[in-house]
Amino acid sequence: MKKTIWFALVFSVIAANSLLAATPGDALVMASKLDDIVTLDPAEVFEFTGAELAVNMYDRLIGYEVEDVSKIHGVVAESWDISEDGRTYTFKIRENMKFASGNKLTAEDVVFSFQRVIKLNKSPAFLLTQFGFTPANMTERIVKTGDYSVKLIIDKPYAPTFFLYCLTSTPGSIVDKQEVLKHEENSDRGYGWLKTRSAGSGPFALTAWKPSEILTMACNEHYHGKKPAMKRIIVRHISESATQRLLLEKGDVDMARNIQPDDLKGLAGNPDIRIRKKAKGALYYLGLNQNNQYLKIPQVRQALKYLIDYAGMESTLLSGKAVVHQAFLPKGFLGALEETPFSLNVEKAKGLLKEAGLEKGFVVTMDTRNTEPSTSMALAIQATFALANIKLEIIPGEGKQVLTKYRERAHDIFIGRWGPDYMDPHTNADTFARNPDNSDAGQTKTMAWRNAWDIPELTRKVDAAVLEKDATKRARMYLEIQKEHQQSAPFVIMFQEIEILAERSNVNGFILGPSFDSNFYRFITK
Amino acid sequence: MENVIHHRSLTKPLNRAIGMVAMVAMTFLGLLLVTFLIGRVVPIDPVLAVVGDKASAQVYERVRLELGLHLPLWQQFFVYIKAVLAGDFGVSVLTSRPVLEDIARVFPATMELAVIATLIGVFTGIPLGIFSAVKQGSLLDHLARITGLFGYSLPIFWLGLMGLMVFYAHLNLLPGPGRVDVFYENMVDPVTGFLLIDCILAGEWDIFRNALSHIILPASLLGYYSMAYLSRITRSFMIEQLRQEYILTARVKGIAEWRVIWGHALGNCRLPLITVIALSFGTLLEGSVLTETVFSWPGLGLYLTHSLLNADMNAVLGSTLVVGSIFLGINLFSDFLYKFLDPRAG
Repeated sequence: MKKTIWFALVFSVIAANSLLAATPGDALVMASKLDDIVTLDPAEVFEFTGAELAVNMYDRLIGYEVEDVSKIHGVVAESWDISEDGRTYTFKIRENMKFASGNKLTAEDVVFSFQRVIKLNKSPAFLLTQFGFTPANMTERIVKTGDYSVKLIIDKPYAPTFFLYCLTSTPGSIVDKQEVLKHEENSDRGYGWLKTRSAGSGPFALTAWKPSEILTMACNEHYHGKKPAMKRIIVRHISESATQRLLLEKGDVDMARNIQPDDLKGLAGNPDIRIRKKAKGALYYLGLNQNNQYLKIPQVRQALKYLIDYAGMESTLLSGKAVVHQAFLPKGFLGALEETPFSLNVEKAKGLLKEAGLEKGFVVTMDTRNTEPSTSMALAIQATFALANIKLEIIPGEGKQVLTKYRERAHDIFIGRWGPDYMDPHTNADTFARNPDNSDAGQTKTMAWRNAWDIPELTRKVDAAVLEKDATKRARMYLEIQKEHQQSAPFVIMFQEIEILAERSNVNGFILGPSFDSNFYRFITK
Repeated sequence: MENVIHHRSLTKPLNRAIGMVAMVAMTFLGLLLVTFLIGRVVPIDPVLAVVGDKASAQVYERVRLELGLHLPLWQQFFVYIKAVLAGDFGVSVLTSRPVLEDIARVFPATMELAVIATLIGVFTGIPLGIFSAVKQGSLLDHLARITGLFGYSLPIFWLGLMGLMVFYAHLNLLPGPGRVDVFYENMVDPVTGFLLIDCILAGEWDIFRNALSHIILPASLLGYYSMAYLSRITRSFMIEQLRQEYILTARVKGIAEWRVIWGHALGNCRLPLITVIALSFGTLLEGSVLTETVFSWPGLGLYLTHSLLNADMNAVLGSTLVVGSIFLGINLFSDFLYKFLDPRAG
């Protein structure tokens, strides 16, 4: 009798697993790494996953076509005008939009949302405060002029695309003022509440978030556009690539977002799986600290650029996850330089080192995050540096650990990945080619500052480019800056990232944009 | 005279109790102090976990002040201890939730896994150890030792992935990672946090069976490692006991062999075995980050590791307190069991 009960229990356990293996027809189940989410408040979100989720829960004033980012259109804004002096933007708000709560979206919500970002002043707030908005002036400069019209007054006549692209970023999200203020505590403008909730007008609304476990969203029944076919989006935290692959092959998830090259190879040829790729704006680069006695020599900087096997790494280690790119504006950005003058050329590098009196080489360290592909790239670079007698000592560390050292300018070489904050060229020009104060007390810790690169003239050129209203002229300015930068900068820009995901072949309509906050779920069907 | 004796007999246990409380308090204080200092000494900037890499200097400085990092170390520690004594373990910078809430969510997941893994380890490891000792030098003994050796040698993440590949992907016998299928997420109220118990309390037998099927593979994996360890220790203890004269006496007296082994020999091994099992269980309660990664098990191992690597000190210290309490509790319980099973041990 005991044996019978035991067998029945075991059998029922096994049988229970055999049921319901496929995902529901009206829900998208995604395997992804969720452990970078720290908050869901759009005034604070600055991580990739959070940004992607936010764009599917919130609308912004402005959007752009993912296949051609130069085509800007209104989302919450029906239209806009720019004053003659280039400082006042007047937006007409669409009148048919509602939040997930059912509340109407009006100018009141737009003003509240922007003032909230300025007042809370979290990490991404600079995307708005760089236009001169402060808590002291925001009531005069972010103004409701009618139930459905808003005026924004910026401090300088920046290139319109610069300001408009910043409004497409996560802090430009419009939040439900009524709903948020219902949960306000101690005048925090709903900050404590919105960290773990949503209050947007986007196609989806958050239903639950268990950190590093699962996040679920439900379709917003009040969405102004075409209702999504997916009634639920379920994102499961699966950190291991091989596990994501198994789940995808079994059909327990519809999509896997973090498959590594080895597992991608294993999926190739599977008729039930489709692999998709999209160039993203993130760049892989080396930063050469100009405080290092060797790296500050121009010939050494140039030599290192010829000691990277770009093509080899692209085709092997990176295997489709990145493409060679050697300028600070990624392809797809206004003014992007697509020339790739550098390739592995050991003889040329040796010649340059000889000019610098370093033909016998030298020893230098490189701080490397111990995640892929950084570690594999570091090993490959170590091997090619050695061909010119440069001994590269790799110092592995955790993400925050190496970042801490980089921000303290305590490194020799740093291997990093930089993602743009918005689709305007200033985002990367500002960090790679601008350094207003190179002293240790310098407040703007741009990449140029972190590598102690003192560039007053280049800084002036970048400041001029951001004020140029003519798009063609502006593109030319960035091209010139990049050409100079490519040759002289203490940066070895190597690759532009390609996002790769794997999905079941019955899944269609997932829009992959040029950045993580332009990946859209609302058109997905199964 | 009677009153004096009565007074003396109360004083001794009272002193003992005070001594124990003082020892526990000092242990916790020392634990927290060491963890706190390590957290502040490691070269990871805790502000970065909150603000990210792209924050302006103004935002960075403001958050640094909010986190109290401008204060001297001793003052930071004092502020933290004061808050803990008031029941405030702080908020995790990585999850935006109170640390106690996070631990209440992740610890039961680890506890469930640890309990089942320990049960598997005990009910397979001890009999295996006994058989190996009794049949010392035999084929069974060698097989048991090789099995144990694999347990120590094979990387657990590899074994986990192989387990998923075989039982989940190919044989379709068991489900994939996670505590439960997505369809059943949030369908059972988390009364205790132990999913299996909560399913029983809610009468949700389908979900119970599903949750049980999910836990089998990771628990078996951890149980295998526990079995490997326990079988070797049991074998060693049993061999020592089986060499004793009282065993020869028992056999000569005609006592059945199974009673000699399971009653007498094992009976004299139970005290050290309890200690070993308690330590093994305690180790599992820290959470196995590799197993939790492979099986996407939302337990304390992953939580603590993630917090450590991001210098989320509130979460690290809160978890340290919990793990420390468990270890202390297990030690006290095993001391009690000792005295209960063998009054001479007092």
